[in-house]
Amino acid sequence: MAGLAASFGAGAMTNSIDEIGHARCILAIGTNTTYAHPVIGMKVKQASKNGARLIVANPREIELVSHADLWLQQNPGSDVALLMGMMRVIVDEGLCDRDFIEERCENYDAFTDSLKKFQLERVEEITGVPKDKIIEAARVYATDKPSTILYAMGITQHSHGTDNVIAIADLAMLTGNVGKPSTGVNPLRGQNNVQGACDMGALPNVFTGYQGVVDKEIRGKFEDAWGTYLPREPGLTLLEILDAAHRKQIKALYLIGENPILSDPDARHARESLKALDFFVVQDIFMSETAQLADVVLASATFAEKDGTFTNTDRRVQRVRKALEPVGDCKPDWWITCQIGQRMGRKGFDFGGPYQIMEEISRLTPSYGGITYERLGDGGIHWPCPTKDHPGTPILHTERFTRGKGRFIPLEYRPPAELPDDEYPLLLTTERSRYHFHTGTMTRKVRGLTALEGEGVVEINPKDASRLGISDGEMVKVVSRRGAVMARTKVTEVTPLKVVTMNFHFVESPTNQLTNPALDPVAKIPEFKVCAVRVEKI
Amino acid sequence: MERTNVTIDGTRIAVDKGTTVLQAALSAGIFIPALCSHPHLPSSRQVKPFQVVYRGTDKLRNDDSLREFEGCQLCLVKIDGMEGLPTACTTQVAEGMVARTNTPEIKQKRRENLEAMMSEHPGACLACDRKEECDPFRASIRKASVITGCEFCPNNSKCELQEVAAYVGISDSLPAYEYKGLPDVKTDPFFERNYNLCIACTRCVRACQEVRVNSALGLVFQNGAVVIGSKAPTLEESGCQFCGACVDVCPTGALTEWINKWDGVAERQVLSTCPYCGVGCQLELQIKRDRIIGVSPKGDGTVNQGQACVKGRFGVVEYVHHPDRLKVPYIRRGGGLEEATWEEALELVAERMGSYNPHEVAVISSAKCTNEENYVAQKFARAVLGTNNIDHCARL
Ligand code: SF4
Ligand code: SF4
Ligand code: SF4
Ligand code: SF4
Repeated sequence: MAGLAASFGAGAMTNSIDEIGHARCILAIGTNTTYAHPVIGMKVKQASKNGARLIVANPREIELVSHADLWLQQNPGSDVALLMGMMRVIVDEGLCDRDFIEERCENYDAFTDSLKKFQLERVEEITGVPKDKIIEAARVYATDKPSTILYAMGITQHSHGTDNVIAIADLAMLTGNVGKPSTGVNPLRGQNNVQGACDMGALPNVFTGYQGVVDKEIRGKFEDAWGTYLPREPGLTLLEILDAAHRKQIKALYLIGENPILSDPDARHARESLKALDFFVVQDIFMSETAQLADVVLASATFAEKDGTFTNTDRRVQRVRKALEPVGDCKPDWWITCQIGQRMGRKGFDFGGPYQIMEEISRLTPSYGGITYERLGDGGIHWPCPTKDHPGTPILHTERFTRGKGRFIPLEYRPPAELPDDEYPLLLTTERSRYHFHTGTMTRKVRGLTALEGEGVVEINPKDASRLGISDGEMVKVVSRRGAVMARTKVTEVTPLKVVTMNFHFVESPTNQLTNPALDPVAKIPEFKVCAVRVEKI
Repeated sequence: MERTNVTIDGTRIAVDKGTTVLQAALSAGIFIPALCSHPHLPSSRQVKPFQVVYRGTDKLRNDDSLREFEGCQLCLVKIDGMEGLPTACTTQVAEGMVARTNTPEIKQKRRENLEAMMSEHPGACLACDRKEECDPFRASIRKASVITGCEFCPNNSKCELQEVAAYVGISDSLPAYEYKGLPDVKTDPFFERNYNLCIACTRCVRACQEVRVNSALGLVFQNGAVVIGSKAPTLEESGCQFCGACVDVCPTGALTEWINKWDGVAERQVLSTCPYCGVGCQLELQIKRDRIIGVSPKGDGTVNQGQACVKGRFGVVEYVHHPDRLKVPYIRRGGGLEEATWEEALELVAERMGSYNPHEVAVISSAKCTNEENYVAQKFARAVLGTNNIDHCARL
């Protein structure tokens, strides 16, 4: 979410999910919404049924395409060019929101300079999207206001994901579609509490509420509150931690509820890194592939067995309530971590329950300052909610951007880090299943979900399949520079020519052994979406 | 919004303009029986018929014998100054309107309309005067494949049709119901469709088509009646997304979830947030004997407005109650992981984690855990281990 923070000063959805239904134009780019965020997908379909213009930009013919007014089938990894092309049309045709740009934004001239390189002919060549469609999409987005943009992993999981996000933010500012109801730039976060984990400072460079660890005053505040000296240097990110473990620089790791062997790009490297650790603790609800490598496995409780809060993708803090006693002798994650803290001789880990932890959070976090369990009640509150009488903030940047002025950032097109060549002639992109979640540790325990989709498949276009002499349902080997996995084919036109698609929910076909750990230099998100492969008959 | 004042059964109610009499009554807690209208569905009840629908392998063709679906005709009201008995779901409020919901004329007509509907539905569970003391023998053979009465129906005592029938009052002279042997489609995951129990209210079709903007379920007209079915023989082939919206609005046992089919009524429900994706749907966990028996998406003012998806709706119970759940801590001894006590495990972790320098340790926390847990994890990394090496998997 680094791109959004640079443009607007805050890296979260600018508007709430409830507003989607009132948008007159919805641009869904790099999100297979009906699969990954089904209830938002439903709202998009309802809006389109009620007359909103729906523009879908996706290399694959996802379900939303059949509800769309316009489908832009850009080549994987060409999003910046596509968006810059649209903005060029908007500027050339004078469809931008002059007043908004002047009053609320900065750096506009430098930005328009960078548009010059994006002649529509060039954009058409890079993206594979016909010029006319780009022009129409630009006109619809710029004139059928309010317009909202939804995006997800298809935008961020690239080696240039930050550029993609900046391009989206530029587009929204250019047309004044920020800070008003049913507009905005809306990253749909994947897991239930990704937003919350970031808000809580489970990040190497910030405390709660994005308060920087390098800021002396802020560090001082936390040092006072926690009664101890705190480290000044930002720490390592997840992938850097694994790399450091590989080099035996990180010797001990405490890992809570994750399954990095399946979810990390280059899964073999991840496994080797974890094996190289001197001491490895895993805390999870199942004995996952990762837990099997641990020295200590701590049994934790599910969401149904504990109290707490999750913060959803539109910044709404909502209650999780204990419905059951934990099975067997498993314990809630907060309890386990606090126990370890206490046993290591530290004060400040003797909470009476999650509500007391929330009291401490709201004391130390301006954006959560007004959040208490009583106030959350049966509804939820959108942060920022600084005080006990503040109603919460469903729409960000209404009067001014979090950073002051919205910043236009000039962009250039950079191709994906790894493109097909003679040896690896196909592009692999990863995709989510409707029926499974993340690495499948939860969903694969559900019989009905497994019956609907029980194994990883590789989707391949009929033309590519016949060229390779591969038939539907055949087992094949998918090979990249980093490894090879077996998977069953699904021959379908949903996936375009020269592109194959796999998901990463299944241990048996660990797709992430193939993907490319080339990182976006700013956001450090691995390039999941694009890498070069070949498909072999076996 | 302009407010309109109406009086229903002597109670004055102020509602938004454009509200129906049925919605107005509901908002004031006045019960008007209605089997085709539902708060989560749009008020229009019109659905275009398909050419064919399927019930499993049975194929049913539209014969155009009806112009449109007429509704259940139960929500009749008497409105001062208006002729006849209009339906409350199609009548919009007007300033100063005075409506009554229980005149003798309404009661009579309502009963007739319900009885007409019931001629196609097993009635024992509704009309049987020994219902309260139905013997356990019957209960014990309730898994018989033919449903002829209440103890044989999984929907018993949580059934909207039962409630409505009790309110309307069904006469003893109910025409004898004859079992028709209609398809009971059991080939789909998560829920079955027993068309012997279907009263053709069309709620499921409208949930699928209007709310979910899908078309897995549809209807045809045959011999002057509405017939419900799926677009193709199985729901998967019909493009069903297994969101469960149809199951949630069905007023009978026709659509029944497998996993809690014979679990009866929940003892309590607990409102929580879905553990899967970032939408954060609000789910009422249905609890019985310290187990989750089902999940109902919450309406009113929630982000999900009474909806969910296959993961939240059908994907919670089995993983929470899965036999493979970890129940105790494990410690690696020799080659393998062996069961341990919390005391042993926590002491070992505290001792070993404390034996490294801050730059040699790291914590990876989880986007599945709560805010409070993530807070504690980063506090632990920073204040106890002395490192900012803390991350979670948001980047993935
Ligand atoms: S659906 Fe309801 S009314 Fe019909 S048999 Fe079942 S419980 Fe009785
Ligand atoms: S589960 Fe959802 S998609 Fe499937 S038939 Fe029911 S309403 Fe339609
Ligand atoms: S299946 Fe249920 S919801 Fe659908 S028409 Fe029949 S009774 Fe109504
Ligand atoms: S029910 Fe589905 S859409 Fe709603 S939060 Fe859960 S996974 Fe997401």
